[in-house]
Amino acid sequence: MIPPAQSAAPFVRWDWIGRHLDDIWEATVEHLTLTGLAVGIGLAISLALSLWSLRSARRFAVVTSVASVLYSLPSLSAFALLVPFFGLTRTTAVVPLVSYTLLILVRNIVTGIRAVDPAVREAAIGMGYTRAALLWRIEMPLALPVIVAGLRIATVTVVGLVTVASLIGYGGLGGLILSGLRRSIIFPTEIVVGTVGAILLAAVLDGALLLLQRLLTPWRRAAQGV
Amino acid sequence: MGDIAIRLTNVTKTFAGTTAPAVDALSLDVPAGEIVMLVGPSGCGKTTTLKMINRLVEPTAGTIVVNGTDVTSVAAPELRRGIGYVIQQVGLFPHRTIAGNIAVVPELVGWDKERTRARVDELLDLVRLEPALAGRYPHELSGGQRQRVGVARALAADPPVLLMDEPFGAVDPVVRAELQDQLIALQDRLHKTIVFVTHDIDEAIRLGDRVAILNIGGRLEQFARPAEILRSPANEFVEAFLGSERGLRRLALVPVGDLDIGRGPVVDLAEGRTEAEAVMRREDVDWVGVVDGETILGWVWGHEIPDRMVDATPHPFMVTVQAASSLRQALDAIVVSRNNVAVVCAGERFVGMLTVEQLSRELAR
Repeated sequence: MIPPAQSAAPFVRWDWIGRHLDDIWEATVEHLTLTGLAVGIGLAISLALSLWSLRSARRFAVVTSVASVLYSLPSLSAFALLVPFFGLTRTTAVVPLVSYTLLILVRNIVTGIRAVDPAVREAAIGMGYTRAALLWRIEMPLALPVIVAGLRIATVTVVGLVTVASLIGYGGLGGLILSGLRRSIIFPTEIVVGTVGAILLAAVLDGALLLLQRLLTPWRRAAQGV
Repeated sequence: MGDIAIRLTNVTKTFAGTTAPAVDALSLDVPAGEIVMLVGPSGCGKTTTLKMINRLVEPTAGTIVVNGTDVTSVAAPELRRGIGYVIQQVGLFPHRTIAGNIAVVPELVGWDKERTRARVDELLDLVRLEPALAGRYPHELSGGQRQRVGVARALAADPPVLLMDEPFGAVDPVVRAELQDQLIALQDRLHKTIVFVTHDIDEAIRLGDRVAILNIGGRLEQFARPAEILRSPANEFVEAFLGSERGLRRLALVPVGDLDIGRGPVVDLAEGRTEAEAVMRREDVDWVGVVDGETILGWVWGHEIPDRMVDATPHPFMVTVQAASSLRQALDAIVVSRNNVAVVCAGERFVGMLTVEQLSRELAR
């Protein structure tokens, strides 16, 4: 009555998943929190940098060069480098994540605003818009699709990078992957759950942002309806 | 000339990095309630001049006074809210509905919602756009409709002054003619002071109460009413700019009623063959028109003339022109007519006939 392949453990053990739903949920929430913090802070900094460099080619070159250097830094070393300064803290996890969003977000914000039809800008100024009103009431709304496109890329990138932060103890679903890897016999279930969870999270956030963009830009929906 | 709405005094603009001024010491008075056309070749500074009035371009020297106020004495955005502005590419806001686009300046100057909405409805009606378009987005409209919205938007807060920068330059000729007609109709009701930039001399002549012809560097070559410019161009530049069709353009401006119109070769129904043949000899034609008192019935060939004119079966004149029609329309009627005349009527009443010889005599004056 002994099944022939008993010795080979199943690749995914559903019973383990059933028993650890709480841990998985906790890891997911931590993953979401880290992603949200990183993208949120990244967006705030990127907006400031974009506004500062929007109308000056030189400033924009400076901002994008610095952001490119940060972006090209290997994620592992970025986390490792910060440990001496912030220890094994959430700050050490979030700072590199933020730095990875800057290049994508600044580029998309500036590109989006620059792509606004010059005739629209001239009409707005000619009718008595101030610079600030032009930016917030015309340029930003019109740049929104491009900005959200950047946010989606940044978010998906950060969801992936958070798993690396598991090395310093703040990895969300990455923690599961690491723990599965560190056991004396590799435990694939944990690795699969962490991986699939991260992929699903990225997909859900990407879809949510797309939905948000559609809701915020009704004039484009009308464009597709005609 | 009535009140001056806009006065430019020695206005000069030299752009950074250039030595030759784009506009050089230009002085120009725009009378209130008139359309002044700025026309000239590219590089003549017409758009620069226009943009200095609402300070999209700041003058290097000189003063611009709009309705008694030096434009530099108020903050630029505030100044611009009181001056309508229409540009060629329209520049409607893609993310706002048609109603939202028209409401832009009323919102900037703080009108309440109710007043703004009522004004939007009024303006849609004024520029003859269906009320149903209010909720649409700009890309759902045709080019001509968008341009109408552009005009409505500029008129929204009822500014006394309107600046128009080649507003009809990007639409096809049929739509352009419609928009021009509409502007003329609007102006008959609104009496705005309008400064209108164009590179099209025909448009300038058609729309302008006065036309300013500018040369490279913003030099004013002539500033006068269209008929005056066509009759006596100030110099060779103006003459060259008016082009070879100056005569035809004048025809478009002069109404038929301005000429002394003869009766032409006509006989009354009460008359007979003898009188008809006398008329034909006198006028040197081989046909004769038939009138019944004040009404023109048509015409007959010489060989068709009966003994008594009441027995004639006249051919109808295919085209008649009114005294208010332009000489250009009269010329068109002459060209298509088999008799080489334009039959002129005032309402139903026969006035007389116009020939090419009379037209060319008028142009030679």
